[in-house]
Amino acid sequence: MIDGGGSLSRHGQRFLNLISILALPLALALAGCGQEYPQSTIDPASSDFGPAIQDLYITVFWWTMLILAIVWTVLAYVLLRFRARPGGPEPKQTRGHLGLEIGWTAGAAIVVVLITIPTIRTVFRTQAAASADALVVEVIGHQWWWEFRYPEQGVVTANELHLPVGQQVDLRMWSADVIHSFWVPRLGGKRDLNPLVRDPDGSPAINRLTFTVSEPGIYMGQCAEFCGSAHGLMGLRVVAESDAEFEAWVQGMSASTEPDSGSLAAQGRDVFMRSTCIACHAIEGTNARGALGPSLTRFGNRTTLGAGLLEKTSDNLMAWIRNPAQFKPGVKMPGVAQEGGGFPATGLTDEQVEAVAAYLSGLE
Amino acid sequence: MADNIASAGTSANGDLEGHGAAALYTDPRGLGATIWSWITTVDHKRIGIMYGTAALFFLLIGGIEALLMRIQLAVPENDFVGAETFNQLFTMHGTTMIFLVAMPMAVAFFNYIVPLQIGARDVAFPRLNALSFWIFLFGGLYLNSSFLFGAAPNASWVAYANLTSTQFSPGPNVDFWVIGLSIVGVSSLIGAINFITTIINLRAPGLTLMRLPLFTWMTFVTSWILATAIPVIAVALIFLAADRFFGTNFFVPIAGGDPILWQHLFWIFGHPEVYILILPSFGIISDVIPTFSRKPLFGYPVVVYAGILIGFIGWGVWSHHMFTSGLGPIADSFFVASTMIIAIPTGVKIFNWIGTMWGGSLRFTTAMLFAVGLVAIFTVGGLSGIMHASAPVDLQQHDSYFVVAHFHYTIVGGAMVGLFAGFYYWYPKVTGRLMSETLGKWHFWTFIIGFNLTFFPMHFAGLFGMPRRVFTYPAELGVSGYNMASTIGAFIFGLSSLLFIINLVRSCYKGVAAGANPWGAPSLEWSTSSPPPHYNFAEIPLVSSREPMWAAGALMDSHAPAEEPVMPSPSIWPILTALGINLTWILVMTRIWWVPLIGLALTAVFIYSWAFQPAFRD
Repeated sequence: MIDGGGSLSRHGQRFLNLISILALPLALALAGCGQEYPQSTIDPASSDFGPAIQDLYITVFWWTMLILAIVWTVLAYVLLRFRARPGGPEPKQTRGHLGLEIGWTAGAAIVVVLITIPTIRTVFRTQAAASADALVVEVIGHQWWWEFRYPEQGVVTANELHLPVGQQVDLRMWSADVIHSFWVPRLGGKRDLNPLVRDPDGSPAINRLTFTVSEPGIYMGQCAEFCGSAHGLMGLRVVAESDAEFEAWVQGMSASTEPDSGSLAAQGRDVFMRSTCIACHAIEGTNARGALGPSLTRFGNRTTLGAGLLEKTSDNLMAWIRNPAQFKPGVKMPGVAQEGGGFPATGLTDEQVEAVAAYLSGLE
Repeated sequence: MADNIASAGTSANGDLEGHGAAALYTDPRGLGATIWSWITTVDHKRIGIMYGTAALFFLLIGGIEALLMRIQLAVPENDFVGAETFNQLFTMHGTTMIFLVAMPMAVAFFNYIVPLQIGARDVAFPRLNALSFWIFLFGGLYLNSSFLFGAAPNASWVAYANLTSTQFSPGPNVDFWVIGLSIVGVSSLIGAINFITTIINLRAPGLTLMRLPLFTWMTFVTSWILATAIPVIAVALIFLAADRFFGTNFFVPIAGGDPILWQHLFWIFGHPEVYILILPSFGIISDVIPTFSRKPLFGYPVVVYAGILIGFIGWGVWSHHMFTSGLGPIADSFFVASTMIIAIPTGVKIFNWIGTMWGGSLRFTTAMLFAVGLVAIFTVGGLSGIMHASAPVDLQQHDSYFVVAHFHYTIVGGAMVGLFAGFYYWYPKVTGRLMSETLGKWHFWTFIIGFNLTFFPMHFAGLFGMPRRVFTYPAELGVSGYNMASTIGAFIFGLSSLLFIINLVRSCYKGVAAGANPWGAPSLEWSTSSPPPHYNFAEIPLVSSREPMWAAGALMDSHAPAEEPVMPSPSIWPILTALGINLTWILVMTRIWWVPLIGLALTAVFIYSWAFQPAFRD
């Protein structure tokens, strides 16, 4: 049929080999299906922003698959059908065909238009202005952690962004140092945090993301724009909770818990307040008002430390206080024996480290 | 026509004994004389060989960098190399592969092949050509010397401001990058002007523009893009250098500078750069496919105009690299539309290559396999490009491994595969011997397996939320399997490239003698002997069709010239001038304003000596 029985099966075999090579990656993909993907971009049903992108992606995906199928099918046919045969005739010396050229140019143009129209609609829809009653959160990137300010609530926190479910949020984002990018894939696409060229009020450099979270849960995210040595370790969590839980959280953030006097935590508080810790860290309701590092208000309620880097256990916390650079290269925080971020080593003893860890863990 | 091809294939078989590659490229007076003849050469063929060799050397370095990264990423939370080393590795991998491998490898073919394809004896400015090569070589070596100081560039190949400011990158790492690229850029600019002039002015009589082989056409288009795009990156680099060395604030936000300006300048250069990488390979396979289909290129004028159109529209799409930077919906929509439009001429090229093969008599030599490989693989990369040309979709895919997969499918699966096709296709012209087809086919199939196993899983890693440029990732992300697959694939890819290098070296000695036109190809470079004599053609050919070697009565140019053609004389001044220019830039690193003037003074002396040395001496 193609070029004689014997070579047909050989060619057929080669074709099958080709297919199996191409299918290998797909098999790899399927093998991973039982797995959880906490940062998946193709499972973003947790907000209105994610599915808008996902729907568009599916549209584009099938158009491109259609084109791929056409190109590969025709190519495979040509490669099998027009192989040189010994003694075969000299091919006809065709130089082109105007009708075909117009046809496939027009075909490509039509597909492109069919992709462009829903794309531009989605561009405008996903960048629509936030409604007036949206919850405003200022998202500020730092090397290598996240600051979240709620100006209307008077709350400042770090690395774990609390959002109420069902209420539109208006994220206003910028950077305190270099460019970062806020990306929580299951809630939607990313947006860059640019350094402010002038003061924050009305700066054109401020970027916005507007969306409404629809399902409570903890969502993983991380910085998506290369921002220096620890870029790979600049994670964040979004804690999406009910209105009531969110209100309770806001209430808690405006004060701090006092450790019982005489407890280990109370010793830790004294160490904390007398050391360089307070040069960078703030704890609401205390004298610690540093603004260079993440706020530690209600630190005890967080699930991670070091910007989504480590699970918040007391062992991890003590190890972090002893030597944060061991976990996070370039971190701007000193350890007990290592200077960091321009600050000298803290020189804390093991007992003091343990006490500080107890104090911070107790801030619930 | 079949008779023609047969006779063309045999008529020049005796050439190898006459002046084989070894005899042509060594000096009988010994090693010293041979080296001297190479460093003073202005012969476009020797310069082409040096470009190719240097690019292969840098390919080895860039490949090792890639393998080290893949070892680090093979398993989650790995500590094979630290964050800082990893950042240097991916920065240098990108910079090396683009500026020191893909571009100069294409330039190697520009150099060797274009003058032969247009029936010329050399390029328009032979000494300038030598200057271009030496600047590139010294610039590349300088850039890589940063590893010896443990201070390789570490701000990624796009080097986004303001991470590159002295505040956030105080070390010499970014100094090496900004100076290294400035040097290499000078080389590209010189080369581009040279090839534009050559193709306009030195075509053989009768070789009209619409009779040019597609490779020469794409060289012409690429050279125009280079000549216009390099100045843009030059401006950006000068701004950055001024910020770092002289305390200006072009990109320093705290002083009113704007980091986004860097992104615009970089990508106004950077997107045309993508076409600088791919168009030469489009040109190569547009020559290879007709040869091995025994049919002329289908829709020749359409393929030419599509290439020109890509060159033009390529200027209007840069902000699709910046959809996440917050340009607003109107700008986003414009760049969505322009990017979508550029997909049309690219698709049209694909259809015309398939049209060329349709009804042909296909011979699957290794060169043809790679050419077909480009059509199949580049289509995948082109289509994933359409996905993130859709701005909202890009908000998820941007800076994720999905994008890493995409551009490796276009740059490796497109540009590099086309260059591989070029190597197998023109190797017999350069050395007089064929590359081993057996090894070649091993190379091709191991490449297909290794390449796809490396880069296809990256689509999934990206879709499941793995950002690029991270030195590690947590196990809970669920992308460990894809990363392990990529690492295994990368090593297969590495071994496959080793087969290629072995084939290149071995065939030089053991390859079958090729003759003037071993493939029965249609263009002029196949009319002269393999390798061609230093003057290329005994007589400048007269061209009367698009496929001169397929025309009835095509003549081989294998006889001795009636009188020895006068060729430009060798000169030491190009290499010395290149050293002077490099020295000037490197001395900027001292940050003392008058020190670079020493280099500048030396350069002036060299250029002066050059100017007063006659180009032709007896």
